[in-house]
Amino acid sequence: MASDQGPSSVTGLLEPQASQEQESHGSTRRMTLNMGPQHPSTHGVLRVILELEGETITKAQPDIGFLHTGIEKQCEALNWQQVVTLTDRVDYLSNISNNLAYALCVERLLEIEVPPKAQWMRVLLAEITRINSHLVWLGTHALDLGAMTVFFYCFREREDILRLFEMVSGQRLMTSYVRPGGLALQPPRNFDKAVAKFINGVPDKIDEYEDLLKKNPIFLRRTQGVGVAPVETMLDLGVTGPMIRAAGVPWDIRKSEPYSGYEKFDFEIATADSNDVYGRFLVRVEEMRQSVRIVKQALEGMPEGPVQADAPKVVLPEREKMKTQMEALIYHFKIVTEGFRVPPGEAYVPIESPRGEIGYYIVSDGTSRPYRVFMRTPSFGNLQALPVFFEGKLIADTIAALGSMDFVLGDVDR
Amino acid sequence: MLPESLNELPVPAALAAWDADAVADGWRRLGEVTLVIAPEKIVAVSHYLKSQFKFRLNGITGVDRYPMEPRFEVVYLLHSIDRNERLRLKVLLGGAQPEVDSVCEVWSGANWYERETFDLFGIVFRNHPDLRRIMMPDNWDGHPLRKDFPVHGHKYSYQQEG
Repeated sequence: MASDQGPSSVTGLLEPQASQEQESHGSTRRMTLNMGPQHPSTHGVLRVILELEGETITKAQPDIGFLHTGIEKQCEALNWQQVVTLTDRVDYLSNISNNLAYALCVERLLEIEVPPKAQWMRVLLAEITRINSHLVWLGTHALDLGAMTVFFYCFREREDILRLFEMVSGQRLMTSYVRPGGLALQPPRNFDKAVAKFINGVPDKIDEYEDLLKKNPIFLRRTQGVGVAPVETMLDLGVTGPMIRAAGVPWDIRKSEPYSGYEKFDFEIATADSNDVYGRFLVRVEEMRQSVRIVKQALEGMPEGPVQADAPKVVLPEREKMKTQMEALIYHFKIVTEGFRVPPGEAYVPIESPRGEIGYYIVSDGTSRPYRVFMRTPSFGNLQALPVFFEGKLIADTIAALGSMDFVLGDVDR
Repeated sequence: MLPESLNELPVPAALAAWDADAVADGWRRLGEVTLVIAPEKIVAVSHYLKSQFKFRLNGITGVDRYPMEPRFEVVYLLHSIDRNERLRLKVLLGGAQPEVDSVCEVWSGANWYERETFDLFGIVFRNHPDLRRIMMPDNWDGHPLRKDFPVHGHKYSYQQEG
């Protein structure tokens, strides 16, 4: 009876529960445990089927696809500029990074360059997004491990970041601010002051949160030496980002393949050698500090000028020009009704998102809609390594290992 | 055959020197190198690129050229951290029976990417250890990312589920 209740059975969709005693081995029992899909510490709708022998996991099988919304299919039915709104919805914690990767890829196909101010604003916002994403990760990860205070503190700072997003784009989460050809609009006049106020206060807070956890013996015992996997295996499985850097590989796309002017900024790649959950915590905290450095540099050196490329066929004209110039009116009409056209070809642009490598592979057939958009999302690659972190380990360590991977299920399933 | 223009690049040149039949075509556009690989050679080429140049697999996906033939392209996005280099491999498959060998034995990370390509395009990867649907429900009919699959108005309804 037990064996035919496979992973795909409908009963498995119920809440996590122990089921199916199979056989007894002296004092230990084998059982199949269904973790998720509705469980707060799976950070979304992830289901993992665990086979246990006593408290040791013998097999872990992730089951994904619960959040599959067919975004890649929808992209093929929309105009190039309409797709921007879908890229927000892929990963709700690093929306600007997704906007940016898509915009860079379309710009490569169009062979246009955005003006310096747009590039610096993109860097600034991408780094604020990184702080935002890492704060949410830090808070929820600490909460999973029983340290509740950090969660409230992190979300307090995150609120400030969301206000900055709202200030610049009018939206807190789904910003759609970075678009092919530049930015949606000029940032408001007092935006730099608001960012400066936030960014000057953040380093102390980061130190405080780090101290809260670094001096917490429970947190240390639950993270040090937990969730270790060989570096080669992780690279083989497609793991990218802070997970790889915590294993001592100094690979950061912002340094190795600079985009959007990152080569002009001075920052270090955060790495750790321990390759465990604690190492990932140190790397992400250090990355927040480096992001603060980059944001400060971006604020100091922010160039003046337009935030949209000089490409009338791609970028909507200014309202004033539209009312006075015939060409501007024609371009406006064409872009709004039909959308701009992108020359036939294909491009892949990778960027370093808070979670790892986001890459957009876009095929154009020369029309006003993308022919194919493939999103190489970091969470998908990272989550694939889950069995490596689980199998042969204790069930009590799963939550720490799972949290340290920092995936977003919307990013996995798309 | 490798075109003349790619001979100066070390990786395509080494690959063509190792097996002249493996590379059917190639080009460099927008600064990105694409090589079209003969379908039966993809596993051997992957082994070679991994052992010689430490290429890691970054993703596998498909492109549907319906109604043209060959209909499907399987796209392998490769990257080498040591060389800081990216490479794109392509395998062209006919629409009647799209099948290609799995590269799971080379990179274990190919597992989910091939499952996704199978699920959404219906391309079968031979010798794959676990070729099941990954995104869509197991009883789904059709492959959503094919161009002849509608964006809206598919017959499926969640109310049919028992």
